[in-house]
Amino acid sequence: MSVIESLPRVRSPRLPRADALIQWIVPLAIVLVWQTACVTGFVPARVLPAPSDVALAGWKLLLSGELARNIWVSFWRAGVGFVIGGGIGFAFGLANGLSQVSNKLTDTTLQMVRNIPHLALIPLVILWFGIDESAKLFLVALGVFFPIYLNTLHGIRTVDPQLIEMGRIYGMTDGELFRRVIFSGALPSIFVGVRFALGIMWLTLIVAETIAASSGLGYMAMQAREFMQIDVVVLSILIYALLGKLADSASRVLERLTLSWHPAFQKH
Amino acid sequence: MQEALRFLSPDAEPVDRADFIEQARLARRGSQVSRGLPLTIRGLRKSFGDNEVLRGIDLHIPAGQFVAIVGRSGCGKSTLLRLIAGLETIDAGTISFGEETRPEDVRMMFQEPRLLPWARVLSNVEVGLGRGRASSDAQARAEKALGEVGLDDKRGQWPAVLSGGQKQRVALARALVSDPRVLAFDEPLGALDALTRISMQRLLERVWHDQAFTAILVTHDVSEAVALADRVLVVEHGRITHDVNVDIPRPRRRGSPDLAEVEGSILNNLLEGAEDTSDL
Repeated sequence: MSVIESLPRVRSPRLPRADALIQWIVPLAIVLVWQTACVTGFVPARVLPAPSDVALAGWKLLLSGELARNIWVSFWRAGVGFVIGGGIGFAFGLANGLSQVSNKLTDTTLQMVRNIPHLALIPLVILWFGIDESAKLFLVALGVFFPIYLNTLHGIRTVDPQLIEMGRIYGMTDGELFRRVIFSGALPSIFVGVRFALGIMWLTLIVAETIAASSGLGYMAMQAREFMQIDVVVLSILIYALLGKLADSASRVLERLTLSWHPAFQKH
Repeated sequence: MQEALRFLSPDAEPVDRADFIEQARLARRGSQVSRGLPLTIRGLRKSFGDNEVLRGIDLHIPAGQFVAIVGRSGCGKSTLLRLIAGLETIDAGTISFGEETRPEDVRMMFQEPRLLPWARVLSNVEVGLGRGRASSDAQARAEKALGEVGLDDKRGQWPAVLSGGQKQRVALARALVSDPRVLAFDEPLGALDALTRISMQRLLERVWHDQAFTAILVTHDVSEAVALADRVLVVEHGRITHDVNVDIPRPRRRGSPDLAEVEGSILNNLLEGAEDTSDL
């Protein structure tokens, strides 16, 4: 046992902490080059402010409480929209994966709706909901619905039929079969859908907030543009990048927790 | 050995059951009373669309016998096994085990291990308990079954880290854990390398001997059939064409002239059948 366990360590002697730092080398280098270019005057401040100026703008907004409020609003919209759209997508994916009747009834309709770019609905959504919260939630939910629906459906359809047959032979009830075989088998595919959906979630939110909003990160960026505060504009973009990375990391942690059986997620 | 060969016509009188029981006793060297179930099949037919796969099978397997079914691919041997295990519906005829059976009494082992990749080895074995999964001694029984196949130390592993032979042993433990009385094997060693195969054959023979279930092994490997079974059935075009008793005492020595002789005669039968229809 102990010999087997020590094998991976022999193969990869890197420390986990060093491993985690490597991914930040490139972003840090970019910031350094950017700072140098701005300080030396190679890039004029009205084109791109120095990272230090952006940080300063961030500090000021943080002190005034405006930054925290806007981030919270955007975060809330993203989260609620994701839960609503993802939940419905997941439910339809399950229903259509498990039931032929449900699939015949709704799949064609959903596939037609899927081919409409959901951002094309913005004018309609503004007419329906104004620039209210529900407009943003609707767009985010619509955006995340399809990747989660499609990948849940695909995951359930591609569960190894031999395993399902095995489960039936060994007397699993429908509920057990779903829990122990079908859902577990579909999970890797569902996570692919979740990660796609997270990307779409931020994209939708940025667009919705820059077009029609009275709060949030996108609104903050648009306001800053009005007053030529380019440092705040850049700050908003950087925060979007960080939030995107955060959502992705969260889904990776979940993946690692639930898919530890999968050879691709085993820590070696 | 030639006298052991016997042709079976579809309308043959069923041989006296007492004979079979006596044979089974002999095969087991009279060591214990069998826990296995006898199996009687009458006029069994099965078609898939226009393709008639089984064209009238009559067969009696006494309790505790180890029967191997051989035949070329597409002859219907796997379908016969799946019907016995209750995986397909019967078109005509009957299969009876002599008494009322619980689902846990008849277990099947496949060519692929079919382990749940997301369940650890021990929980995979627990799946085999069927309705007994929820009982308090489930874990203890699963551990015991794992011990029987020699994998106690792998209980906490994911199936992905096991070798092909180890996975198949876990599948065997899963089939054994409910103490089945009939165990059907659908080429369970077909995908293993030669050495693993031989040690798995020994394992199969040992658990069959220890647990005294009725074993039905479908294989395309005649030497495997002869090495393991009390009796070898040759299936051709949906019928049992030869029924060969292998009266060679256990433990059998691999490559012994006696085994080779029986193997040779069965292979000859198979090849003759092939020449008749010239579809080799």
